Amino acid sequence: MHGPQPILPLELREVVLALGGRRLIDGISCRFAAGLKTVIIGPNGAGKSLFLRLCHGLIRPTAGEIVWHGAAGRDPASAQAMVFQRPVMLRRSAVANIEYALSLQGLGRRLRRERVAEVLARTGLSEIADRPARVLSGGEQQKLALARAWALRPQVLFLDEPTSSLDPGASHAIEEIVRTLHAEGTRIIMTTHDLGQARRLADEVVFLHHGRIVEHAPAPAFFDGPASPLAAAFLRGELLWRE
Amino acid sequence: MRRLAAAFAFAASLAAVSTLAADKFITVSSTTSTEDSGLFGSILPKFTAKTGIEVRVVALGTGKAIEVAKRGDADVLFVHHRPSEDKFVADGFGVKRHDVMYNDFVVVGPKSDPVGIRGMKSAADAFKKIAAAKAPFASRGDKSGTHMAELAVWKAAGVDVAPASGTWYRDTGSGMGPTLNTASGMNAYTVADRGTWISFKNKGELELLVEGDAVLFNPYGVMLVNPVKHPHVKAEMGQAFIDWLVSSEGQKAIADFKIEGQQLFMPNAK
Amino acid sequence: MSPLVEALWQAAALILHADSDLAEIVGLSLAVSLGATALAALVGMPIGAMAALFRFPGRRALVVLLDALMGLPPVVAGLFVYLILSRSGPLGFLGLLYSPLAMVIAQFILILPIVAALSRQVVEDHWREYEEQLRSLGAGPGRALPTLLWDGRFSLFTVVLAGFGRAIAEVGAVMIVGGNIAHVTRTMTTTIALEVNKGQLALAMALGIILIALAVSVNGSVHAAKHVAQRWGGQ
Repeated sequence: MHGPQPILPLELREVVLALGGRRLIDGISCRFAAGLKTVIIGPNGAGKSLFLRLCHGLIRPTAGEIVWHGAAGRDPASAQAMVFQRPVMLRRSAVANIEYALSLQGLGRRLRRERVAEVLARTGLSEIADRPARVLSGGEQQKLALARAWALRPQVLFLDEPTSSLDPGASHAIEEIVRTLHAEGTRIIMTTHDLGQARRLADEVVFLHHGRIVEHAPAPAFFDGPASPLAAAFLRGELLWRE
Repeated sequence: MRRLAAAFAFAASLAAVSTLAADKFITVSSTTSTEDSGLFGSILPKFTAKTGIEVRVVALGTGKAIEVAKRGDADVLFVHHRPSEDKFVADGFGVKRHDVMYNDFVVVGPKSDPVGIRGMKSAADAFKKIAAAKAPFASRGDKSGTHMAELAVWKAAGVDVAPASGTWYRDTGSGMGPTLNTASGMNAYTVADRGTWISFKNKGELELLVEGDAVLFNPYGVMLVNPVKHPHVKAEMGQAFIDWLVSSEGQKAIADFKIEGQQLFMPNAK
Repeated sequence: MSPLVEALWQAAALILHADSDLAEIVGLSLAVSLGATALAALVGMPIGAMAALFRFPGRRALVVLLDALMGLPPVVAGLFVYLILSRSGPLGFLGLLYSPLAMVIAQFILILPIVAALSRQVVEDHWREYEEQLRSLGAGPGRALPTLLWDGRFSLFTVVLAGFGRAIAEVGAVMIVGGNIAHVTRTMTTTIALEVNKGQLALAMALGIILIALAVSVNGSVHAAKHVAQRWGGQ
């Protein structure tokens, strides 16, 4: 259902992002194959959001390479989507927001209608479809952002702290949608500062600190016994204010 | 897109309006004294009724009016400063100057007349007293016919006003109306053409103090802008307007224009 | 203050008598200023949006120039257009001087920098908010331009009103290129200037009151339209 040619795996080779002389991402190498839900955690300022933006292509690395192995010369951008911490809705109806995203991909009118109706139904937004997107509640807007991403049928979905400003009910709804998307074959790569959410969603965990990957491990192993003292301290809830 | 189309349609219709009437009007570059006094408002409808030619008047000071005509932006020039008019014709910008009418300039000032020039026969002597007393004086300062007439009086009085500018001599650099408003506001002396003075509504404490001196004579001349210099000039219609002005009919229309029973301009076409 | 009271009475009388000369003058003022505003919006908004979204050589200079020209004196704009349209000027053969179209052109030049500079600010602010989301969806600056203009429409209403306000209120430019010719190029503001010249201060003030009422009603209608649109488009 996601098109014949998968763009994964995604590989980062010695990726560096330096701004004003500071190395915010400091030499990251890793590989994401198809299938899992990856949750990136780490203290504030670790570089989680920058990491996602580099993968998604919103920022160019200062050094190193980001390679989509499956893309084979094709533009990998149209097979990915991203949901941001604070949803940015256009000043038009909920439906029109999704239609706009689809029209950017060059989809015809009929196909757009079908996709919009489908994702609205599956995210429970059908009733507010014609309301102006910007008057919806925070939770509804984030659901709409997910619906918009979903309608694009991405192979990879990046989510940057998607529930950080939502109440538990809305957060639960978002997590359910993420699970459904994943069940249908979408690769999930997300950040969170909510360890509970990480435990609930992660198949594997990337622990970032000071722009470096400290651990990249399957979730059960990471949460049961982190290999590094830094991750262990983080899981205990300590502030990692020095090396 | 619809907005774009509407805007273009609008611009096009404006252009159409301005060109549709293109053959039916002439542009006359004239002075504020003829427009502000209401003379044109009184006589032009009579000309238009007779000939079907609309007369569009651009009213400026004589200096600016001549400049506009020189650039070819008018068909007829109708002003009041003889030396400039003669030069305009001599330089080839105008065809032939015709006498049309005259009125005169008057010296006005505050009712209380602190300098005491009321009723003086010589404008130059009155100006000498104003200068000696350093009484406030408002000047057009805009190279208009009135301004140049005023400067001629200063010259006759032997007073150099340049150093006094900004002290008692106030150079307003504006039209007759604004200058009278200024004089009215600060109770200053000033020179005005009689037409504007009579019709002016904001006299305040101002009163007519000196009149009748030959140096205050104010003749108006009319001339066609030279079609040789500016081929687009509507020579035929412009000449028709000039011919009408100097005809007995036009001269009567000028004489008939009165405000509060006073005749403002004396026809004097030969 | 008796002249001010008199002005109010005269304004009321002028309106009640539905003076046909007045209607003509008001009509021309509105036609010229609305025409100039529409053209300035059509040209200025894309210029402003491009200055906000694209990086090109001379962009900073353009931004500074637009900001500076917001204060362009109307007389200078008028003189510039006069020298162009004058029979002795480069476009003199068109014979447009002393026509309503000349006044539209002069006011267009006068308010273009206002519309462009303020639009640039509006679009830049929206781009800051939308950039990541739009890029993520695959829309670069070129595709974002119409989107941002549309999403900034409520702010751009105010931008257009600022342009219109300057156009309807200015006298220097239309006086020079229009010539204040009765029944042809006489607008509200040139009439007011003329009546001041005649010393008819109360009448001039009465016309001023009508002009203000006109500006208030145009602004009021736009705000009402904006209010209705906002209820449908959201915030």
